[in-house]
Amino acid sequence: MSAALWRSVAGRLGGSVVVAWGSTTAAFVALHALPGNIADILAGDLDYPGLREAIAAEWGLDRSLAAQYVDFVRRIALGDFGTSYELRRPVADVVASQLWPTLQLAAAAGVLALLIAVGVAVLTAGRGRLPRAVASLVELVFASTPVFWLGILLLMGFSFTLQWLPVSGAAGWQALVLPAVTLALPTAGLLTQVLREAMEKTLEQPFVVTVRARGLGEWRLRTRHVLRHAALPLMTLGGWIIGGLLGGAVITEKVFGRPGLGTVTLNAVLSHDVPIVLAVVLLAAFVHVAASTLLDLLYVLIDPRLRAS
Amino acid sequence: MTSSRQAVLDAPGRDPLAPASARRVSSRLPSLAVMLSALFVLLLIVATAAPQWLTPHDPLEGDFLAVLQPPGSGHLFGTDRLGRDVFARTVHGARYSLCIGLGSTAISVFFGVLLGVAAGQKSRLLDEGISRVLDVISSFPGVLLAMLVVIFLGQGMANIAIAVGIAGIPKFGRVVRAQTQAVRGADYVTHACIYGRSRLQVFVRHVLPNALVAVPVTATIYVGSTILATSGLSFLGLGPQPPTPEWGVMLAESRDVLRVAWWPGVFPGAAITLTVIAFTVLGHHLQRRFEGRQP
Repeated sequence: MSAALWRSVAGRLGGSVVVAWGSTTAAFVALHALPGNIADILAGDLDYPGLREAIAAEWGLDRSLAAQYVDFVRRIALGDFGTSYELRRPVADVVASQLWPTLQLAAAAGVLALLIAVGVAVLTAGRGRLPRAVASLVELVFASTPVFWLGILLLMGFSFTLQWLPVSGAAGWQALVLPAVTLALPTAGLLTQVLREAMEKTLEQPFVVTVRARGLGEWRLRTRHVLRHAALPLMTLGGWIIGGLLGGAVITEKVFGRPGLGTVTLNAVLSHDVPIVLAVVLLAAFVHVAASTLLDLLYVLIDPRLRAS
Repeated sequence: MTSSRQAVLDAPGRDPLAPASARRVSSRLPSLAVMLSALFVLLLIVATAAPQWLTPHDPLEGDFLAVLQPPGSGHLFGTDRLGRDVFARTVHGARYSLCIGLGSTAISVFFGVLLGVAAGQKSRLLDEGISRVLDVISSFPGVLLAMLVVIFLGQGMANIAIAVGIAGIPKFGRVVRAQTQAVRGADYVTHACIYGRSRLQVFVRHVLPNALVAVPVTATIYVGSTILATSGLSFLGLGPQPPTPEWGVMLAESRDVLRVAWWPGVFPGAAITLTVIAFTVLGHHLQRRFEGRQP
């Protein structure tokens, strides 16, 4: 790898650290820009003897704003998100205990969406007018359907009418099927649109003619050559998609009554448990930034044209 | 949700309904899809301005003798568990979804244009600063950023509009910034400067109008995304509260009766999906019509 490549990798990493630091700062500024006493904001709806003192001690409220800021950034960087006064537990514990179901859901949905998108795009790209028109319409409908409505429809169909799958909970793989499908379909609609368009552009490239002239079958041409080219624009969207899946997981968990980070966050919003919401939102931002950066770096490594320059 | 949708919709000149080959052939007449979408948006506007023209029923008044009636003669979309007419509630709900969607789009456009134009000026420092601020805003996933805003500002209709509006600022900021930079280098701007116009004159007469050409089209497509996002927040209970006939709220209420009645859980969702499709199709139609009018 060349020095220029290393420099661009370092620049990208540095940029993502700056953004992560920026979002931490934004959270701190928002917290302090609010009208009212910061101890009251952190306490939420709670009030018991010693609470204000505990908050003041933990957040160092007796010190200068600058010192509080430095301490805030330092604690976040070390993974210490404070205490939930509502649940009377460290925020990091609460988040860690609920992380797994949400990750399971988001990962399952992400993989499913990708599989659907690749399958549909490989089958329909550059085919006749009718299959493409039908695929476009279906994609548009799914991309425009709210996750929670899709969840309700699937619940009605598969849980109440057919009784194939459980209505709620998180026990066993059966309970994961409907939420994962719900979260995957709107994302798949968007991904397919992008992937098919990219594949159709690739199919017009001269190298496709060369490969065809070599006698390679259509199926292998599409899966081995065209798909690889078309995957690049998809990768630039990766960060956005991960952000969307994390956000969509909150709503999906609510529809299916699944435990997880989304449910915890929603309850925290409704009970004014600021430390939890702050932690989850910041964590989601960090995951989002890290994923985007990683994909950007992969992009440079995969695309030889970017490597040369 | 908003952000990933929007990132995909950013791809220039894409028509969600036309296959690639058909996209290049421009027809004089708008397609059937475009006309249906325009008709649906018209219907939404009527439902917003004068819902009583479309339905005689009251969206809040329940009839306890007609609880959970299936769709039929008396009630087109049936009644919910409090005996309220689902059709009336869906019609009246258009007002909330449209107002919240348009309101939050307006917030995104206003601040996005302000920051984008500023970032597009000569100052490198300003550009860097504003671009980083936009990066930071878009680093938060939409729904979670909205939850942060709601816990700070409180629940309610205006607050979810603000929350989704903030999440949309980077989108318009980046579009306008790129456009401003392109326009500043255009020949007609150089000419105007050579003719001795003042910097303010050049900016107001030449740079600003051309930097903003893409905004109305982008905003039309974006309205669909904001309606998706805000109805999601309403569904979570962060926006308007029951008994408001907002579509997201109605769907949240329908969860309790799903086992026995499908209609309260179907029609409001169909209304959201159709609204989003209509705005997306219309926006892309406008985009294709104005495609040649870049600086």
